[in-house]
Amino acid sequence: MIRDITLGQYYPARSVIHQLDPRVKLVTTMIFIVSLFLAKGVTGYAIATVFLITVIRMSKVPFRFMTKGLKAILMILMLTVVFNLFLIDGDYELWRFGFLRITDKGLKTAVFMAVRLVYLILGSSIMTLTTTPNDLTDGLERLLGPFKKIHVPVHEIAMMMSIALRFIPILLEETDKIMKAQIARGADFETGNLIQKAKAMVPLLVPLFISAFRRANDLAMAMEARCYHGGDGRTKMKPLHYERRDRIAYAVVWSYLLLMVGAGWAASFYGIMLL
Amino acid sequence: MIRTEELTFDYERLDEEGNIESKKRAVDHVNLHIRPGKFIAILGHNGSGKSTLAKHINAILTPTEGTLWVDGMDTKDDGKLWSIRQDAGMVFQNPDNQIIGTVVEEDVGFGPENLGVPTDEIWTRVEESLSAVGMLKYRHHSPNKLSGGQKQRVAIAGVMAMHPRCIVLDEPTAMLDPNGRKSVIRTAQKLNREEGITIILITHYMEEVVEADHIFVMDSGKVVMEGSPREVFSQVEELKRLRLDVPQATLLAFELRKRGIVLPNGILNNEELVDELCQLKSRM
Repeated sequence: MIRDITLGQYYPARSVIHQLDPRVKLVTTMIFIVSLFLAKGVTGYAIATVFLITVIRMSKVPFRFMTKGLKAILMILMLTVVFNLFLIDGDYELWRFGFLRITDKGLKTAVFMAVRLVYLILGSSIMTLTTTPNDLTDGLERLLGPFKKIHVPVHEIAMMMSIALRFIPILLEETDKIMKAQIARGADFETGNLIQKAKAMVPLLVPLFISAFRRANDLAMAMEARCYHGGDGRTKMKPLHYERRDRIAYAVVWSYLLLMVGAGWAASFYGIMLL
Repeated sequence: MIRTEELTFDYERLDEEGNIESKKRAVDHVNLHIRPGKFIAILGHNGSGKSTLAKHINAILTPTEGTLWVDGMDTKDDGKLWSIRQDAGMVFQNPDNQIIGTVVEEDVGFGPENLGVPTDEIWTRVEESLSAVGMLKYRHHSPNKLSGGQKQRVAIAGVMAMHPRCIVLDEPTAMLDPNGRKSVIRTAQKLNREEGITIILITHYMEEVVEADHIFVMDSGKVVMEGSPREVFSQVEELKRLRLDVPQATLLAFELRKRGIVLPNGILNNEELVDELCQLKSRM
């Protein structure tokens, strides 16, 4: 189960999305997330769905590979849905059992919230699946470049992020290994109530943290041994420059945002918020 | 290439106020002289100070007493730090914890990037080093999907791309299976022979050092034996006392000699042993 989290894993393939400049992908992800919160009514979500599916198809990442990442947020998803479903007051009551009741507004919010969460995860996984962490870091570093003037350690932040991403799969594998080792010694991660389960995590987390610190120490030494000394005087193996496809992508993304804003505005103006 | 004079290093254990609680001497007055282009092996069991010594060559640690020069540069000189690290590359034990990039070629490019090498040259260096270690066809792979031996070869390529004159391999095979071990050692030997890079191999596997030019044996921080593999391995009793294994063929020859069979000292591999035994048989 633990290895199903796809966030932060690169899926090597040759596609237009893979070849895009990481800055374009970062900006697109941001815009997509913003657009999800702007979306009103079915039209907005329909546009977002079309956009998302097109991008996924273009990226050549198998859809099943992407949805694996969703399993990890299933709990949060369920909670959100349940809370929204039962706690939001609306105009019409659709169903009632004791103190539990579902209203039209509650149902609508619950569904949209779920869709929004799923799209959030899919949207950001598309970025991490099609961009190597190094590219991602480079992109971030360049995008945040202006902040260097006010002494924000942009390069350091970018480097930390890329290392974190590189070690996610390694640490997940390690978690799996420790889990198995502790189960073999009679540890029980499955039964008991929430508190007991939380306590059962201690023999998992302690070795994991120790090993993570040891790894960090080794890695720092290896980086120093290879002359790493911060961002000054560093050259790039893969320097970033925009190409035609990047400009096209920007145009598409901005028009998508306009469309979303327009749809939301039209919906509220004409009051045709379907549902 | 590398010279040490009375090199000494203490690990200090600090208590909570930051006072020195106890000291442990890891390297004890070591004098070494390593000539360029050689294949050097440093042997020793765990805790003999061999890894500590290795970290001095790369200036990760600096001596408590004494001096170490890499190509005439004193490792205590902060201004020379990056030239020393470029000159004497280092490969560590754990293959996972020294690969920074998520794609093989990006990791190999990490070193040259830090050195400020222009982009075009980084690419040529990456290609050269990956083909030198025989990993060119894996350039677009993720390091997580490689075997241990392959990861270590990528790590060696990462060091090679910095164009060092010397590579220190700190127990590069300790976490590998026999096949991976062989491939890593063969790669190191090839670089030594074909590119003329000085190799300093730190290990406790005897089979890996029989082809070295010179061996140093360390015990509790001191160099206790040195010489060619033949010289070192002829002293089987002494090696055993230092809790080191000798290659199987050497051990067999040693035991046979103890039983009165006339065999020369310092047999290193199976072929030599077979040769000697056949000669003995024809003489009978």
